[in-house]
Amino acid sequence: MPGQIKPNIYYMKVATMAEFLAAGKEPEVLFWVGCAGSFDQRAQKITKAFATILEKAGIEYAILGKEEACTGDPARRAGNEFMFQMMAYQNIQVMNAYNIKKIVTTCPHCFNVLKNEYPALGGNYDVIHHTTFLQELIEQGKIQFTDSNEWKGKSIAYHDSCYLGRANDIYEAPRKVLESLDMELREMKRCKSKGLCCGAGGAQMFKEEEKGDKRINTERADEAIETKASMVASACPFCNTMMTDGIKNRNEEIKMDVLDIAEIVAQAIK
Amino acid sequence: MAWIAEIIFGLITLGSFFLFGKNLWAIRKNILLGKPTDFSGNTAERWKQVALLAFGQKKMFSNPLVAILHLFVYVGFIIINIELVEIIVDGLTGKHRAFAPLLGDCYAWLINSFEILAGLVLFAVIIFFIRRNFLAIKRLISKDLNGWPRSDANIILIIEVVLMGLFLTMNAADPSTHFILSAHLKPLFNGFNENQLATIEHTAWWLHILGIYAFMNYLPYSKHLHIILAFPNAYYASLEPKGKMHNMESVQNEVLYAMQPELAPAGAAAPDKFGAKDVMDLSWKNLMDAYSCTECGRCSAACPANLTGKLLSPRSIMMKTRDRLEEVGMQIQKDSNWKADGKSLLHDYISVEELRACTTCNACVEECPVSISPLDIIIELRRSLIMEESNAPSEWNGMFSNIENNFAPWKFSPDDRDAWTNQA
Repeated sequence: MPGQIKPNIYYMKVATMAEFLAAGKEPEVLFWVGCAGSFDQRAQKITKAFATILEKAGIEYAILGKEEACTGDPARRAGNEFMFQMMAYQNIQVMNAYNIKKIVTTCPHCFNVLKNEYPALGGNYDVIHHTTFLQELIEQGKIQFTDSNEWKGKSIAYHDSCYLGRANDIYEAPRKVLESLDMELREMKRCKSKGLCCGAGGAQMFKEEEKGDKRINTERADEAIETKASMVASACPFCNTMMTDGIKNRNEEIKMDVLDIAEIVAQAIK
Repeated sequence: MAWIAEIIFGLITLGSFFLFGKNLWAIRKNILLGKPTDFSGNTAERWKQVALLAFGQKKMFSNPLVAILHLFVYVGFIIINIELVEIIVDGLTGKHRAFAPLLGDCYAWLINSFEILAGLVLFAVIIFFIRRNFLAIKRLISKDLNGWPRSDANIILIIEVVLMGLFLTMNAADPSTHFILSAHLKPLFNGFNENQLATIEHTAWWLHILGIYAFMNYLPYSKHLHIILAFPNAYYASLEPKGKMHNMESVQNEVLYAMQPELAPAGAAAPDKFGAKDVMDLSWKNLMDAYSCTECGRCSAACPANLTGKLLSPRSIMMKTRDRLEEVGMQIQKDSNWKADGKSLLHDYISVEELRACTTCNACVEECPVSISPLDIIIELRRSLIMEESNAPSEWNGMFSNIENNFAPWKFSPDDRDAWTNQA
């Protein structure tokens, strides 16, 4: 907990790596917030929810703060390897200087790049996605839910993020978290390794969709609506936006909320 | 003059295998036009992939009904071809069922099992023909297959029916045998005398073996080549997590030397090309992928862009890559070296609109039963578009400059990156 470090940062909710360094300490884990989590109003809520959980679970964590920069993922997927390499170089310099060992992130795109693509460039860290991290904390008993947890028995459809699922074979952790809340998990027609993309990957988030007869997020929203679940769970800020918009386009926003796994956990935590 | 038939048979056999070998060699040469890629190490893991994906047909089993039908054809094809050894020995020596006396009771057992397999192949192939031509299965009626690819698929099915039919006819017309399936066909030949039966058997025998040789030589021109290339393709398939993109070391070094000039070796030349514009710029595995493609369309059926009506079809990416590679290979064969023909895979075969529609979701890679990665090719072409041609939609250019100036894909001040910590 920040309080154990130094009195002058005791009252700060979120400590940065620079502050830890100044106090001569190293946090257990670096929370990589990501651009969406830092700037996007909707995703900021996910960031705050996850930070709250970390604090309640007693995890000593830090962020890079202003020293964090885009991992380069959208540039690389668009084909701009130069820009990717520039960003990777900067980020790795910063993280290696702080002697970072373990990273947790709420963004599957950042997760994939940090875990799979930075090692070849000299950035070797133990990288974990927040859904896996949450599942571990629940298993270790570091996260406990209130007896009257509001999610109990609620039906929920989990949307697999491509960069978590197919890209990195993480299918079970987010589902286990929802099950530990006694939620009723409903699967969409296409799920797990067959899960349908929300339409944001490969830098599509940053451009208009190509000409077609349907938007990808509408197609995916229809599948979610088909489950008749009362809400949708996401594990990626981009999926969250796409699913929310998709459902809104079908005028179903009153019936189906799209919440990140971290937000769901944060609301039920003791 | 009894030996004339044997000599003719010997020559045809030799000629068929020679032609087949020659065409396979040409394909190998075309594949090796691709850039070298390192696949050393992990031998055990790679053989495991061959066992699971190629021999075990693991990916096919996501649709068990189709998988079992395909398994009939695949197992039938491989096992019935054991019979080919006897047929060739018979053909070269003029004997009739040379293995029968050697194998004794086993022989009948063997041929019986071949016949059962032949029956299963016939059954499966007829269902495939109906599925392909009369049921409106989206991936099979897709416009990707218009023209030759659709005929190719049907030719394969028809040849299989004919070959299995001839195999059973040959056995049925042989009065010295009584095998499990062909025995039921014997009544068809009731009115024929011994000589006529011998002629029918002989004709069926010749047509069967000639058909097999013809089919063998058809493979290099067909999607059916996957029965050979599925195996090496599974061996060389990526063992990395699917999300990991191939690193461009040349660019990595460029950036490193720009940031730390003291590390730059003297006289380091800048890479001559970024990404892939044509087939020679792809890796040889990408090119083997193109030859391995069986045009089944599972990739496109799972592609979020394709199923929402975008122009992109991962299957057609593979088919166009093969078409272009064949074209380049032919030209090299003709002129004995490559002369630019003013065309390229990018633009002339694969359009910018197709490439722009990809979400890099890996659904195509996940689906492919023969370990192809259409995504790899899409990414390499995208790299060429951006880094060679600066060809990007304006929104992407905006995103690039935001990353460059604000360290985020949106236009926010980097000073606000941790602003969320001050919010309630």
